[in-house]
Amino acid sequence: MERAAPRLVRAQPLLRMADVSKRYGDVVALEHVSAEVYPGEVLGIVGESGSGKSTLLRMMNLEELPDEGRYSLDLPGVPEHLFAMDGYARRMLRARHIGIVYQNPHLGLLMKNSSSGNVAERLLVAGERRFSVLREKAKQSLEASEFPLERMDAPPIELSGGMQQRVQLAKAIALEPAVLLLDEPTTGLDVSVQALVLDTLKRLQRERRITMVIVSHDLGVIRTMADRVMVMRRGRVVEAGLVDQVFQDPQAAYTQALVHAKL
Amino acid sequence: MTQPILRVENLAKSFRMHHLDRSLHAFEGLSFTLAPGEFVLLSGANGVGKSTLLRTLYRSYLPVAGRILYDAPEGEIDLARAADVDIALLRAREIGFVTQFLTARPRVAAEDLVAEPLRRAGQDADSALAEARRWLAEFGVKPELWRAYPTTFSGGEQQKVNLARALILPQRLLLLDEPTASLDAGARSALVRRLEALKQQGVAMIGVFHHPGDVAALIDRDIRLDPKEMAHVAE
Repeated sequence: MERAAPRLVRAQPLLRMADVSKRYGDVVALEHVSAEVYPGEVLGIVGESGSGKSTLLRMMNLEELPDEGRYSLDLPGVPEHLFAMDGYARRMLRARHIGIVYQNPHLGLLMKNSSSGNVAERLLVAGERRFSVLREKAKQSLEASEFPLERMDAPPIELSGGMQQRVQLAKAIALEPAVLLLDEPTTGLDVSVQALVLDTLKRLQRERRITMVIVSHDLGVIRTMADRVMVMRRGRVVEAGLVDQVFQDPQAAYTQALVHAKL
Repeated sequence: MTQPILRVENLAKSFRMHHLDRSLHAFEGLSFTLAPGEFVLLSGANGVGKSTLLRTLYRSYLPVAGRILYDAPEGEIDLARAADVDIALLRAREIGFVTQFLTARPRVAAEDLVAEPLRRAGQDADSALAEARRWLAEFGVKPELWRAYPTTFSGGEQQKVNLARALILPQRLLLLDEPTASLDAGARSALVRRLEALKQQGVAMIGVFHHPGDVAALIDRDIRLDPKEMAHVAE
């Protein structure tokens, strides 16, 4: 049955993406995709490679622009059409209000700079210049990400995969972003390390109520983390719903196959 | 009787199984009401759809037809069609689902798991923790387990944690899916005491019990699901 508009939840969606489409030559990456994320919510996006889920996340991070569609963040002093902003304004908005953790730490970190320096770089964007404050805040952020502080000056290249993800996370949350984007944050990590990183994310979400969007092909990750889930395939949203409902009573043939394959 | 908190009208649920190209029929044309403070027992043979009905009311399953009119403080809302975020809000605030299965989360201590609903509802961390410990004790979980991770507990101990968590926050509507299964006698009587207190406070409850005798004193009415057709409601 068709679902009604929210009536009880008074808040506006914090993040709103409407009717976004993108092609690369003949390849359709996204086709009329819409998504809304409410404050304090965790939206999971699941799908196989090529489903468009990571492209969508990069658009939420304003790294990439669609051919058509609209994007807004419900924050004071932020323009209504984010895709229409110029490159500099997009970069500033991204640095100030959006945090991201990539699957590949090379995308998010300067691998040969110190870990603390990587986090402090984020704080510099916000105009902080006092060395002692930068260092203290970087330390706090690393601590919140459960990074071992005795290694805070080691460059990411010398760290394990799990620790690199914690540095990315510390950098992403340093400025208390309005939304935290996670692109396969634990893919490629050992299962035990994966559980620890998810734990940290879960704790941060619980304690700080950070709004998150998490992309993964791993249903277990989505099930652990998300409140609601969007299932994507070939650039389209196949199905969306509460996470327990989508996993227990999937509606689309594709989702049923996906869920049954995993169980 | 007071205004019902739940009015179910012509509710139907079936499961479309695409890979078999057929539908599995659960129930249809189901109608009943539930008043605040009322305790309704769902009965019927195994596989008749009792748990399916509870999950449909909670919206873990999507109904295919009918209405589930819920009397929210803001006004009536149809849970069959309500937006996902509204359902999430109601679940956090006033509609509880109690099962025999723990929604296990790695590396969260039992006491934190139990305290979480209170913290979410805005209670400060310390008093939430104190109350969580009180309920763990009430359900017979030994103090040395409070800091431990329930994923390592036995089935019975997990269920006690689960119940403490599910019942710590007074709800307005509780859906009970065999909550007494695999509980020892002490925990079972703690559960019945808690349900009795909640009933006194006006919480409406509807549930499936493997041994209805456990809650005999609480039952106001019986809704019987029949294999073929609809439910018969006995007053």
